[in-house]
Amino acid sequence: MTKLIVDGAEVEVPAEYTILQACEAAGAEIPRFCYHERLSIAGNCRMCLVEVKGGPPKPVASCAMGVKDLRPGPNGEPPVVFTRSPMVKKAREGVMEFLLINHPLDCPICDQGGECDLQDQAMAYGVSGSRFHENKRAVEDKYIGPLVKTIMTRCIHCTRCVRFVAEVAGSPEIGAIGRGEDMEITTYLEHAMTSELQGNVIDLCPVGALTSRPYAFQARSWELSKTESIDVMDALGSAIRVDARGREVMRILPRINEDVNEEWISDKTRFVWDGLRTQRLDRPYLRENGRLRPANWPEVFSAIAEKAKAADPKRMGAIAGDLATAEEMFALKDLMGRLGVTNIDARQDGSALDPRHGRGSYLFNAGISGIDEADAILLVGTNPRHEAPVLNARIRKRWRLGGLKVALVGERADLTYGAEHVGAGTDSLTELVEGKHSFAKVLSGASRPLVIVGAGALARADGLAVLAAAAKLAKSSGEAAGWNGLCVLHSAASRVAALDLGLTPGEGGLTAPEMAASGALDLVFLLGADEIDVGAGAFAVYVGSHGDRGAHRADVILPGAAYTEKSGIYVNTEGRVQMANRAAFPPGEAREDWAILRALSERLGAKLPYDSLAQLRAAMFAAAPHLAAIDQIAEAGEPTFDQSVRLSSEPFRNAIADFYLSNPIARASAVMAEMSALRRGAHAEAAE
Amino acid sequence: MLADRDRIFTNLYGRRGADLKSALKRGAWDETKFLLDKGREWIVAEMKASGLRGRGGAGFPTGLKWSFMPKPQEGRPHYLVVNADESEPGTCKDREIMRNDPHLLIEGCLIASFAMHAHACYVYIRGEYVREKEALQRAVDEAYEAGLVGPNNKHGWPFDIYVHHGAGAYICGEETALLESLEGKKGMPRLKPPFPANMGLYGCPTTVNNVESIAVAGEILRRGGEWFAAIGKPNNTGTKIFSISGHVERPCNVEVEMGVDFRELVDRHCGGVRGGWDNLYAVIPGGSSVPVLPASQCQELSMDFDTLRNLRSGLGTAAVIVMDKSTDIVRAISRISYFYKHESCGQCTPCREGTGWMWRVLERMAEGRAEKREIDMLLEVTTQVEGHTICALGDAAAWPVQGLIRHFRHEIEKRIDDYTARSTPADYPVSAVAAE
Repeated sequence: MTKLIVDGAEVEVPAEYTILQACEAAGAEIPRFCYHERLSIAGNCRMCLVEVKGGPPKPVASCAMGVKDLRPGPNGEPPVVFTRSPMVKKAREGVMEFLLINHPLDCPICDQGGECDLQDQAMAYGVSGSRFHENKRAVEDKYIGPLVKTIMTRCIHCTRCVRFVAEVAGSPEIGAIGRGEDMEITTYLEHAMTSELQGNVIDLCPVGALTSRPYAFQARSWELSKTESIDVMDALGSAIRVDARGREVMRILPRINEDVNEEWISDKTRFVWDGLRTQRLDRPYLRENGRLRPANWPEVFSAIAEKAKAADPKRMGAIAGDLATAEEMFALKDLMGRLGVTNIDARQDGSALDPRHGRGSYLFNAGISGIDEADAILLVGTNPRHEAPVLNARIRKRWRLGGLKVALVGERADLTYGAEHVGAGTDSLTELVEGKHSFAKVLSGASRPLVIVGAGALARADGLAVLAAAAKLAKSSGEAAGWNGLCVLHSAASRVAALDLGLTPGEGGLTAPEMAASGALDLVFLLGADEIDVGAGAFAVYVGSHGDRGAHRADVILPGAAYTEKSGIYVNTEGRVQMANRAAFPPGEAREDWAILRALSERLGAKLPYDSLAQLRAAMFAAAPHLAAIDQIAEAGEPTFDQSVRLSSEPFRNAIADFYLSNPIARASAVMAEMSALRRGAHAEAAE
Repeated sequence: MLADRDRIFTNLYGRRGADLKSALKRGAWDETKFLLDKGREWIVAEMKASGLRGRGGAGFPTGLKWSFMPKPQEGRPHYLVVNADESEPGTCKDREIMRNDPHLLIEGCLIASFAMHAHACYVYIRGEYVREKEALQRAVDEAYEAGLVGPNNKHGWPFDIYVHHGAGAYICGEETALLESLEGKKGMPRLKPPFPANMGLYGCPTTVNNVESIAVAGEILRRGGEWFAAIGKPNNTGTKIFSISGHVERPCNVEVEMGVDFRELVDRHCGGVRGGWDNLYAVIPGGSSVPVLPASQCQELSMDFDTLRNLRSGLGTAAVIVMDKSTDIVRAISRISYFYKHESCGQCTPCREGTGWMWRVLERMAEGRAEKREIDMLLEVTTQVEGHTICALGDAAAWPVQGLIRHFRHEIEKRIDDYTARSTPADYPVSAVAAE
């Protein structure tokens, strides 16, 4: 700890703190543009200048100077820092004036207006007028992809974006060309950025130089209602803020959650909102003579009730989709139970994960923040860059600190960090288990190893054997007490909650792929299940929000709510219970999914005993108490594997083939479609 | 006056050969092993005793700088980097050393590297110095061949020297920008602290010295620090190469003692000011980045660090730019200002934005197309740049302008008055219309 005096108040801070951090600890506000907690220090904006007593007669950049570099007074007094002295005031005014002389001051037409650091700090630390009577610099806008719009005249060259893509995203595509006042930020030859995290540069940009292209000129920040929620695009459950105007979601921004997403979100999370407006199911549909026709609620309920009455419960089934909340899945399971149906499953991909093996068998046991402590990581059948880009950035962050070895079994991929490719299939996994591969030594020598198993590696006939092998690899080594290195990386937001609630086949029940087989069932309920092809024969009831694969197959469509339109509990891949909140209302006649199931249950003669979401939650918490502990991770316990399945020698396939089109909302989004096409084009170009 | 026997650079004008054989005749590489055998402490102590101040412009004591290097650690090699990126307008002393006395430099590199536990030395040469790079490389090759340097040289200190050619950016003469450039990155200055002595090239302890500082080291040690300290003035000791350019009869480089009288320097070595001493108008005493001095302050001027600093100018690299009364001083400083605007790396705000602003205002002032209150505004802008930047380029851009306003404000005001007095300026669009 180091003692220093900031504006007359003595404060004690850790020795590794910078002056800026020490000043903040002392309660002094330091303006800044280039400094960002999660990026390297550039020290180039010069806005954070403070005065240090006894030093040279000039202000110092507080972001770049450590408190340990401060010299104590002649008699050993603590160093003295001023943040409000005349020298500091003048320095800030000077820097602010320089920043503004070539800034266009086009705030009225700037999307950053109202939430702009430059605006705020110019008001707080600037002077009212300008003395600059020359022509302002104009800079040509650059094309850096369909997501980020550039108005480069506004750029103040803080290089946050440059540092972000180089350090966090791991695809150093943005840089500065030219020098002096001709310096310009651009990508190489104005290529589109390829990072899955590029949208974060919009948040990082302290001015309006980098703004969201899909959101351009759509809304003003102060007219949006802001709802804190949880993302469902991947199984990470990133903390998001959904900004809506009236019924429409206008944009999605990250919130800070150090344990999950820090302050980043993936592009799919950020830009998927245009998919919330298109392909929406806003009224019930009924298939007649092979064609879907608009219908009303009583009509479709009667049709379902008729089918249900005729069907044998053994020939009925239900499949829950990847975006479903815990509440609606619980209601679905409850309803099926009351109807005597045991054919129920949430594992559309046919995953081998099963609550039978203990909760520890399907969680990211070490926790997402556990990556920060890991010293060896083995990736099995996964490309975290596509399955959870923010988690991948966390691995990269750990890797950049050094002392981390990463290896990959499965499809080769550019993960943005150095990963040894052990092999493509289970043979390599066997080699590792038997200690024949050099990386086995790394794993056994590591004190905190992680074995991250992707959903793709488990959704196969020998999935359980893969999981058992991974558990063995994770266990054989972990010496640190309480360390559980078996980490299942789900790709579906609903999956952990589904497994927690036991949405798996009951006694003699069929799994999702078995239910989907042609002629297996007479009546099937699809709760937003869009990642599975239900074969011919069954009467399909689809409850969901988007006209995607499930709706196309359906005989009856019951319009549901998307994730921004309902309050619901999601459990992320590490088992963290989180609650998403409603930011807007479902369109047209669409209703919240649990309410649809409740209404339907009455017509099926198996009335669900809850009339409100609160009652439903109470029932669910009674069945699964750990879901009541929001933001907590319940103790998982050691997994147990009873049966032994032999490993086949099939190569691993990743769960997500196209990052941008992995769920019905994303598939309805024009922005995601453009990104997907761009990525395919880039791959084709690279292959040539 | 400096006696010939006290000169270090005996081939400054290239009248003798620059090759190893000729250099040996002139005393280079003489008893270098004996000097190394005396040990590191002796070398550093001797350098400190000599009072040598860095010849790159800032005048930091070289011996002290050498003593800042930390103790060697396993896995953290030390480096010596020689700054031969001599780009300061008016300066051309290192050029002559590399052309004509390269072996003094190479010998100095070996000694300095030995003193600082460095086994590798990089010489970063300015991009425009193509012939100089060839000359130095030739000399390095000769030294390798003769076993004077190299992994198994006859001095018993494994030592490699690499000549690196820059790309011609002024900012790469700033020591940390030079290190960045040497590492293959963009030449942008680093934040200090940490200083290069702790975190320099590739994150390892590094000392960056000017060519002249290193080249004189061998001779200082051979003759003793006391000898060097006896030349010149206290705290401004030794000999120094001055580069005199501008309105003198014979612009030249000359090695003289520190603290030489300005008039003697110009009259004896350069044939006097063009048009006579009374025709002297202004002098920039230390390269383009130090403030200009009016003729009135140059009558009895001792050319050393301290005297010039007291006049609120500086010795800098001792590149003396002499201007006679034909000079348009405002335009001259405006041109210098353009240079700094052009060479600013663009990293930090005050320099990036301020250099362009200062240049544009000066451009107008050179014409007279300005207002008198803008002079004070310009002065304030220079103070907003000075001391607020990452490196010293901001200061270097501000000082010439401050010097101009301090001593030649009347000239700017006269320019403005003249311009305003013309009822319709030549470039005023109305006059063109009226003429039709």
